[in-house]
Amino acid sequence: MNSSTCRHIWTITKKELRSYFSTPLAWVLIVVFLLLSQGFAFLFGGLLEYQNASLAAFFLYVPWIFMVFAPAVGMRLWSEEHRLGTMELLMTMPISPWHAIMGKFLAAAVIVFVSLFLTFPVLITINWLGDPDNGIAFAGYIGAFLVGITFLAVTGVISALTRSMVVSFIVALFLCLGMIMSGWPIVVASIDGWIPGLGQKLAQLSVLTHYNELTKGILVSSDILFFASVIGFCLYLTAVILKTKRA
Amino acid sequence: MITVENLSKHFGPKVAVDNISFEVKKGEVLGFLGPNGAGKSTTMRMVTGYLPPTEGKISVGGADVVDSPIAAKAKIGYLPENAPLYTELTVQGFLNFIGELRGLSGAELDKAVNRSMDLCHLQGVRHQSVDTLSKGFRHRTCFAQALIHDPEVLIMDEPTDGLDPNQKHEVRGLIRRMGEEKAIIFSTHILEEVEAACSRAIIISGGSVVANGTPDQLKSKAKGSGSIRFQLAGIPATTAKSDLEALNSIGSLSVDREEENTLRGVAFPNSGQSARASEEIFNYVSSKNGLLQELAVVEGRLDDVFREITSSDTEASSSAA
Ligand SMILES: Nc1ncnc2c1ncn2[C@@H]1O[C@H](COP(=O)(O)OP(=O)(O)O)[C@@H](O)[C@H]1O
Ligand SMILES: [Mg+2]
Repeated sequence: MNSSTCRHIWTITKKELRSYFSTPLAWVLIVVFLLLSQGFAFLFGGLLEYQNASLAAFFLYVPWIFMVFAPAVGMRLWSEEHRLGTMELLMTMPISPWHAIMGKFLAAAVIVFVSLFLTFPVLITINWLGDPDNGIAFAGYIGAFLVGITFLAVTGVISALTRSMVVSFIVALFLCLGMIMSGWPIVVASIDGWIPGLGQKLAQLSVLTHYNELTKGILVSSDILFFASVIGFCLYLTAVILKTKRA
Repeated sequence: MITVENLSKHFGPKVAVDNISFEVKKGEVLGFLGPNGAGKSTTMRMVTGYLPPTEGKISVGGADVVDSPIAAKAKIGYLPENAPLYTELTVQGFLNFIGELRGLSGAELDKAVNRSMDLCHLQGVRHQSVDTLSKGFRHRTCFAQALIHDPEVLIMDEPTDGLDPNQKHEVRGLIRRMGEEKAIIFSTHILEEVEAACSRAIIISGGSVVANGTPDQLKSKAKGSGSIRFQLAGIPATTAKSDLEALNSIGSLSVDREEENTLRGVAFPNSGQSARASEEIFNYVSSKNGLLQELAVVEGRLDDVFREITSSDTEASSSAA
C-alpha cells in the first residue's frame, strides 16, 4: 500500500468516525454493549466469586451481543450513502472504491475495538482480586474482536444492497444469527440427524466453532484464517455489489 | 478538454443515451438543454465516471474515463443533481473531507476550503451542520465542493435548480466567469439560462442530440426567425405593397394593417437574406420620401426552437409510457 492509498482510507475512516460520534448512536451502542456484556458476566458468571468463570461467561455471550451490535453499527455504512445520494459524490472522487470500502470497514471496526477495550477495567479488577489466566483472556479478546468485525463485514454487504437502514439491520442480524447457530451443538446434531455429515460441514462455516477454539486460549492460524477469509470475501462482495448497482 | 464519442447508455431494454458525440474546449461553457428524461443526467454521470457507458469513449483532459478513472476524476469538479451532502457534517467539515479526498492537505487545504467558501458565500455558515441549512445554502455547499480543487473541468447537473431568482442570477454569473478558463458543462431546462451563461448549447431529446450550436445559431432555427417587422407611412399602401413584394431579397409579405398611406406587416426574406432585405426596405422607403416608422429583424426565441424540436418526441414517449 502506498501513502496515497493510506491517506485516502484514513480520510474516509475519519469522516465515518466523525459521523458516528456526531449522533448519539455510537455512544448509545457502546454503553448498551458494556451494560449487556458486563450484565451477563455478573448474572451468569458470578463475576466476583469465580474470576475465570466470569470471564468465560463474558466471552460466552459476546458473539450473541455482537450479533445485534455489529448490524446496528454497520447498517448505515452504505445505506446512508444510497439514501442521501452521496454515492454519486463519493464514487466521482479520484479514489478507488476500495479506499472507501476499507475506510468504512475500519471505522466500524474502531467502534468494536473501543467497545471491547472499555471492558478492560473488569479484567483489571479480576486480576486484582485473583489470578486469572491472562493468556486465555487475551486470546478471547482477539476472538471476540474477530467475530465482531466479521459480523460488520457481513452487515456491510447487506447495507450496500439497500437504502433502508432498518432492512439492512434486520437482514444482517439474521445472517449473523445463522453464522452463530450453525455452530451450536444442538443445531449441528439435529442437522446431522437429518442429513448425516452436513451439520459438521456447516459448523465449519460457523463463527462460533472457530471462536470457541480461540477462547480456549489457542491462537490457531487456521481459525484466524477463517475469519480473515470471511471478511475478505464480504468486502469483495461489497465491491461487486456497489459496482453492479451503478451499472 | 472533454471529448465524447458515440456515447450510449442502456438500462436493460431502455436506451437512455443514444450515440451522443460532442466536444468542449477550454474557455467554453456548454449548455445541455432538454426536457425531463432526455438523458442529460445519465450523460453527465458517464462523463464524471459514475456510470459505466454501454458504448462509446469519453476523455477528459486527455485521460480516458473508463481506462484511467482516477486521473480523469481528478480533473473534474462535479455538482450532481439535487446537490447531495453528508448531513451529519458541518459545512467546513464536509469541504475539508472532499478537499482531502482531492489530495489537498495542511495549509493548502485550508486555503482551498476558504477560497471555495468565499466564492459560494458560505463563510457565515461554516460551522453549521449541513442538515440545519436552508436549501439555497445546501446547494451552495455542494457547489463549493465541486470548486474546491479549482478543476479544469466543471460538470453541473441543474446548478440553479431550487434557487431563488437572485441566487440563480448569481450562479449564472459565476458560471460565465469561470467559463473563461475552464471547460464547463451544465444542464438545465431553463432556456434563459442558456442565453445568460453558455457559449454553446446542445439540445438533447430522447437520448439523442437534436441541435448543437451557439445560442444565436439555435435561435435562428425558430420559425419566423429573421423575418422583418416594418411600418411605413407617406407612400400609398397598395403601391408600397407591390413594390416591396417585388424586392429581390423578399420572398413573401404578410400585411397586418393597410390604410391609405400606411402599411404595416412582416416581410419574410429569402433564406439568409435578412440583412439585405432590411437594407432594401430602408432604401426603398427613403427613395420614395416615405417615413419608416418601424423596421426590426425578428429574433427567434429559444423557447420556440426548443418546443419545436423536442415536442414531437415527448409526445411520442409519453404515449408509449
Ligand atoms: N438507473 C436507471 N435505471 C433505469 N433507467 C434509468 C436510470 N437512470 C435513468 N434512467 C432513465 O433514463 C432516462 C434519462 O434519464 P435522465 O438522464 O435522468 O434524464 P434527464 O436528466 O435529462 O432528466 C429516463 O427515461 C430515466 O427514466
Ligand atoms: Mg436530470
